[in-house]
Amino acid sequence: MGVGVDNLDQLLSQATAAFSASADINALEQAKAVFLGKSGSVTELLKGLGKLDPDERKRAGAEINRCKAAIEQALEARREALRAAQLELQLAAKALDVTLPGRGRGRGGLHPVVRTQERFETLFRSIGFEVADGPEIEEDWFNFTALNTPEKHPARSMHDTFYIEGVQDVLLRTHTSPVQIRSMQAHATRYKDAEVMPDLRIIAPGRVYRVDSDATHSPMFHQVEGLWVGENISFAGLKGVIVDFLQRFFETDEMQVRFRPSFFPFTEPSAEIDFAFMSGPNKGRWLEIAGCGMVHPNVLRNGGVDPARYTGFAFGMGLDRLAMLRYGVNDLRLFFDNDLRFLAQFQD
Amino acid sequence: MQFSESWLRTLCNPSLDSEALCHLLTMAGLEVEEVEPVAPPFSGVVVGQIVSFEKHPNADKLKVCRVDVGADELLQIVCGAPNVVEGMKAPCACVGAKLPGFEIKAAKLRGLESFGMMCSASELGLSQDHDGLLALPEDAPVGADIRSYLDLDDRKITIKLTPNRADCLSLAGVARELAALTDTPLQAIVTPDVPVGHERQRKVHLDAPLACPRYLGRVITGVNAQADTPEWMRERLARSGLRSISAAVDITNYVMLELGQPLHAFDNGLLQGDIHVRHPQPGEKLVLLNGDEVTPAADMLLVADEGRPLALAGIMGGENSGVTDATTEIFLESAFFHPDAIVGRARILGFSSDASHRFERGVDFALPAQAMERATALILGICGGVAGSVFEAIEREQLPQRQIVPFRPERARKLLGFNIADDAMHAALARLGMQVKASVGGLEVTPPSYRFDINIEEDLVEEVARIHGYDSIPACPPVGPAHMLPSSEFTRPAHRARRALAALDYQEIISYAFVDEAWERDFAANEAPIRLANPIASQMSVMRSTLLGGLIGALAGNLRRRAPRVRLFELGRCFRKDETFVTGYAQPVRLAGLAWGTAEPEQWGQAARSVDFFDVKHDVEILLAGRAQFVAARHPALHPGRCAEVKLGADVIGVLGELHPALVQRYGLGAAPMVFELELDAVLSTRLPQAQDISRQPVVQRDLALVLRNEISADSLRGTLEAAGGEYLRSVTLFDVYSGKGVEPGFRSIALRVVLQHTERTLEEAEIEACMRGLVAAVEQQLGGRLRA
Repeated sequence: MGVGVDNLDQLLSQATAAFSASADINALEQAKAVFLGKSGSVTELLKGLGKLDPDERKRAGAEINRCKAAIEQALEARREALRAAQLELQLAAKALDVTLPGRGRGRGGLHPVVRTQERFETLFRSIGFEVADGPEIEEDWFNFTALNTPEKHPARSMHDTFYIEGVQDVLLRTHTSPVQIRSMQAHATRYKDAEVMPDLRIIAPGRVYRVDSDATHSPMFHQVEGLWVGENISFAGLKGVIVDFLQRFFETDEMQVRFRPSFFPFTEPSAEIDFAFMSGPNKGRWLEIAGCGMVHPNVLRNGGVDPARYTGFAFGMGLDRLAMLRYGVNDLRLFFDNDLRFLAQFQD
Repeated sequence: MQFSESWLRTLCNPSLDSEALCHLLTMAGLEVEEVEPVAPPFSGVVVGQIVSFEKHPNADKLKVCRVDVGADELLQIVCGAPNVVEGMKAPCACVGAKLPGFEIKAAKLRGLESFGMMCSASELGLSQDHDGLLALPEDAPVGADIRSYLDLDDRKITIKLTPNRADCLSLAGVARELAALTDTPLQAIVTPDVPVGHERQRKVHLDAPLACPRYLGRVITGVNAQADTPEWMRERLARSGLRSISAAVDITNYVMLELGQPLHAFDNGLLQGDIHVRHPQPGEKLVLLNGDEVTPAADMLLVADEGRPLALAGIMGGENSGVTDATTEIFLESAFFHPDAIVGRARILGFSSDASHRFERGVDFALPAQAMERATALILGICGGVAGSVFEAIEREQLPQRQIVPFRPERARKLLGFNIADDAMHAALARLGMQVKASVGGLEVTPPSYRFDINIEEDLVEEVARIHGYDSIPACPPVGPAHMLPSSEFTRPAHRARRALAALDYQEIISYAFVDEAWERDFAANEAPIRLANPIASQMSVMRSTLLGGLIGALAGNLRRRAPRVRLFELGRCFRKDETFVTGYAQPVRLAGLAWGTAEPEQWGQAARSVDFFDVKHDVEILLAGRAQFVAARHPALHPGRCAEVKLGADVIGVLGELHPALVQRYGLGAAPMVFELELDAVLSTRLPQAQDISRQPVVQRDLALVLRNEISADSLRGTLEAAGGEYLRSVTLFDVYSGKGVEPGFRSIALRVVLQHTERTLEEAEIEACMRGLVAAVEQQLGGRLRA
């Protein structure tokens, strides 16, 4: 061995090089023996210390030990590296193709109209509207008479309304408006002894029926009714709620909303609501979205509410139409075909 | 209603362009549905006169015309039209004119130069008529621009009127509205009384004064029924969507459009004796102008003479009493028929007419006299003749009365939710022709005779808002106390059940509530379904009492579209006769699902397997949060051995099972779907959790393998074990069911894991053994089972 106490640095670099050159644990153990074994270089150097005078021995001993520690550290580092490399190799052999599809169940989804309904309910609940419900086989009185629809109104004729066979004055509701009457009656009864009747705020989504079937009409479709009755309910309030809703529902303030005078037997004043997007595929087109107005005094009376004291607004919107506009569906009939290829697009 | 914009502007001409005018009408409730120019854009076309022409030397069908267009020199124009006549006037497109689709240039035609083109109506885009040049009247001014001469910059406006605004079913009505909206003067339609030339009258009797309280009739003699309708009237009718028929009919139509009063012209020579306005006698028949023979119902109204019915009053004239070319005497009717006497009648007979459309909505009862004079003047002017004096039959008490409607400005402000001054409201109402009088606490308003829709204060509030503009009302959400909405933990929203099913791989569908009668028979054994009186189709004729039909229908539809795997659910109402419910029908909301095909989507990671009863049972268990029991049952649509009632406590809340093989075959499904149908209320009911202490003592697990007869259900085994388990038994989990080799036929082996635990200390071995012996003994004694060797 041509290494002495004077060139320990060289010894360290020889050891480090030898360790690095060891490709596996066995080779590393052999390399270790060359330096740290019984007759290894470092051991030999320590053995040679005895020949030195005490001062020199102390100084050289310390340097050799420092060198030995450094070599041991290099050995350990290499050992760790080889172990890690081996583990890596083992694990690599067990690698998966992570791009293979996951296992197990698929998932379904809600119907787009129901998805729209849920969204509608969420938005209106956030300002205190409760969801109300009513029968679909309905009495003539609730569907028409109570809603101030005169006996000879065209909507009452056989042309528009489905009637139940064999019974008088029972029909499939043609709109969700009868829920107005039922809700007002229940509310008025509940608070009949109260000094002030608290505000009634309801929405009533549901299926409605009309004798009509073509590209833009289905004999069954969905409406949602809204009603707010209280001591201080005004047309300005109606406008506020509707504008707010349309902006939240379509998640844009980039729209125009207009209220046009119209006619419904159950509201006075009445309005038709149009809105237009300021961007997108429907940009600038006025889209009819709802009918609305201040609840007619006769309707309030039929609901058991005093029209001299309370006022209210009501509106009716097509849920199917909202869903069509929101999701870009251009044919109403798709909603009732129940084609999975169509419905699967609306998973959320 | 369709009309010409320029006609409207002769009556009221606010300084608004066409677009602004239409917007204003729309925003006032007279919705403009369509605006169509009467002519496409073109320019450079003038009135030309063919001064002379000669045959083209090189072409048989061409003519070489010399045309005066008011310029210094005549133009040479080659023309192929068949109707060229010397001196005729026709539109001439000069060099440089731009016509729809092309531009006119000087050209050589078969060797001769041509400086322009004589035009047909179709070349100007005015009609499909290309039989020849568009012949213009003799007095057409040569050289005048054809667009202004024929008023071709006019537009046809179609408005969609709500049923309350019958007062706007005329030019005069729309103009009146426009004048009120814009505060522009209204050009009155002046109708001086025509001179009366004879005293022949036909008496009129109001036999049904409620239905017809006012009827004016006049005999006009010596008319030429074959006179031509003048071009201006023909054109205004055409631009209003009415075809010219004959002078007399055109005039009545014209006055109806102009003033809003439907009129009828009878051939006076065909009438006998007095006129009676009456209800029909039973079985009385009448042939209408449209050729239909009708037997009017008792509540319809006839105009009759002494011999026969002449017309269906307010709806349509009769075929054998109207004006024809041979007519020389006209009996002209101008009457008020009450809306209640007309509404719905035409529809029952299967048609609608311009007259019935107006009368059923309400025609001004003050109008008949003016309309009579207007129409008479036009008849005398166009067909000649001599007018007799008017016979008016009237029952004043039966005419509609216009009541005073009180109006409180404060109430209007409250209802509209914004501040509008008293005098602004007063002015708005006055502009609409209302008589407005100040009174204590507000105004007293009397609506005009032409408004049938103003009866209560709110009606006036709408009028004020309309005139003021709905747009000017601010949008500000109401303010109210900030109460929270109730939110229960004893029930959950339906949307949560829907989402749970979606997460379990079911797609929601919506199917019709009216179904094929066969579905009710097949899926609910319902032989007496609720029928619709007027279904749109036989496969949509009865109300469903189960959701299963819709699910199976949707499955079949998707299989036809080659869906490999189908899992569906629907939430909706079903219907059942039940007098204890409102309306006489129980209308429960149900939640139903269907699974067909493999248990899971096709995938590489596990073997494909068909969905079975227990897959879907698990879904139902999850939906019901593990609270449901299942009891073997029978159902008309399900496999008799693979069907369970679903129970929540003592209540049966639904059914679960495999579709009956006979139905699988009938509906061509290939393999059996698993289905379930549950009452939604039960699905949504939940329990409020109540926490129990958790024992920290060690648990002991013991497995049991028992052999039992096949008839012993897993539930009865569990029940027996739970009853016999004593105070240490915590749970019993069934983990294997086996039959086959080693178990005799008719028996099966069931393996269970039993968990025991003391609440306060560790169980001793002897206690465990005793407990297990007790379980086995109970199985032996109560169920005839034994430990598996």
